[in-house]
Amino acid sequence: MRSLALLALPALMAGQALADAPDADRLLRLVHQDCGSCHGMTLKGGLGPDLRRETLADWDAEGLAWVILDGVPGTAMPPWRGLVTEAEARWIADYLLTGEKP
Amino acid sequence: MRRALAALLIAVLPVAAPADDLRGTGDLGIVIERTTGSVLIVDTTERAAIVRVEGLGDLSHASAVFSPDQRYAYVFGRDGGLTKLDLLTGTIAARIVQAGNSIGGAISDDGLLVAVSNYEPGGVRVFDAGTLEPVADIPAEWDGGLSKTVGLVDAPGRRFVFTLWDAGETWIADFSGEGAPVVTRIGGIGANPYDGLITGDGRLYIAGLFGEDGLTALDLWQERPAPRRILDGYGRGEEPLPVYKMPHLEGWALAAGRFALPAVGRHEVLWVDAVTLEEAGRTATHGQPVFAVARPGGRQVWVNFAHPRNDTVQVIDTLSGEIVHTLTPGPAVLHMEFTPRGHEVWVSVRDADRVDIYDAATFEKLGEIAAETPSGIFFTARAHRTGL
Ligand code: HEC
Repeated sequence: MRSLALLALPALMAGQALADAPDADRLLRLVHQDCGSCHGMTLKGGLGPDLRRETLADWDAEGLAWVILDGVPGTAMPPWRGLVTEAEARWIADYLLTGEKP
Repeated sequence: MRRALAALLIAVLPVAAPADDLRGTGDLGIVIERTTGSVLIVDTTERAAIVRVEGLGDLSHASAVFSPDQRYAYVFGRDGGLTKLDLLTGTIAARIVQAGNSIGGAISDDGLLVAVSNYEPGGVRVFDAGTLEPVADIPAEWDGGLSKTVGLVDAPGRRFVFTLWDAGETWIADFSGEGAPVVTRIGGIGANPYDGLITGDGRLYIAGLFGEDGLTALDLWQERPAPRRILDGYGRGEEPLPVYKMPHLEGWALAAGRFALPAVGRHEVLWVDAVTLEEAGRTATHGQPVFAVARPGGRQVWVNFAHPRNDTVQVIDTLSGEIVHTLTPGPAVLHMEFTPRGHEVWVSVRDADRVDIYDAATFEKLGEIAAETPSGIFFTARAHRTGL
């Protein structure tokens, strides 16, 4: 929790400069807690597959962002369009691929 | 005789703990702190946390069962960790990491076996409840390799029942004999069963389906239980809504002769007649239900919801099927647990780092406990209930 709060500070400051920049605090929580309910809090997998950087090596950010927005029809992976913007999906994709906040 | 007893008592008393230090465990419980890998031991009479125990690994999606004497909690972590927690001393009595990725567990009716359901490697592993030494390994083999297993519960007669997410089968593992368990495989459960429940009498096992509109019931009193589809096509062919969190059937509600079950991909609680297993009504809800839990006695059913509508809890009156109260405890309500006789309910509010305590009859908030990203709440009364 404490480390999340620290992470949130720079995001807030950036937010002042760039009004519609993705909210890093919210997205980090979304990825680890809410994507985490299927992919595991550490993203090493659960009902959904492992989403750690090593296992996503074959993906590019654009492809990942589309999967996040549209889901995988016919599976338990839901579409997140409506809950996250395209910019936020791209932020999540970059975060998954690099393991760092974009 | 009496004198001999008195002498015995005198001999025994000095080594026993002073009366002030003695306590029962019937009103204790635990709160899982999912992000920090810790657990709070709580006292439901005092409405307070007693102690925090750390070092339980990855506790996202963790759950717990209790020993029959209600002294020990067995905590099942996401990372395959199985921790035996001593509620009286607030210490870890034993701990193993038994698999790579796990999803819940169960304790046998005699309290001697603890079983864990695993995603990786798919299957169920069974351990000695005293020592956590391995007793049996049941890989969930099917045509596609090893299946993830879900919906693991205990059934009377030293049995465990669980369901294969990938294979659509339910297996009954019978440990009543000597040596290896006898495993009965029942196919045709349906596409992607996501969880299972067993009724308190140990008779019905119901698997919820993600890949199909319906649930599948098994009558465990039959020699060879045959799958029976219930609530078939409850979505009425409509496009399902996206499901951002899988519902849970654990904590299922049997109230006034009807089961309340969360729908999948619809914002509804579905009612099923407990005798005929026919649909017996629907209640439209605020979001995708995750837990629909009956207040002990069954007077109301409390429901929480999936992301992004997870700041809300609704209370349904069992007789009318109407929503009689809506609460908004705060961001990310993950779980609800009633005190054994149902006078109070504890609600974990993950993103507010709080557990709220409500009067279950008046909905008045009675107190709160600070907790780090709390998720599951488990009270020791579960020790004496089949399937919990
Ligand atoms: C309700 C469960 C659930 C939730 C919540 C969920 N996912 Fe998934 N996800 C799945 C499943 C199941 C799959 C596998 C789909 C398949 O079989 O191809 C998947 C697949 C994926 C994939 C493709 C990975 C691969 O190797 O094929 C990505 C990327 C992904 N999810 C990202 C996310 C992100 C990011 C979130 C949160 C914004 C999220 N998921 C939330 C269940 C979920």
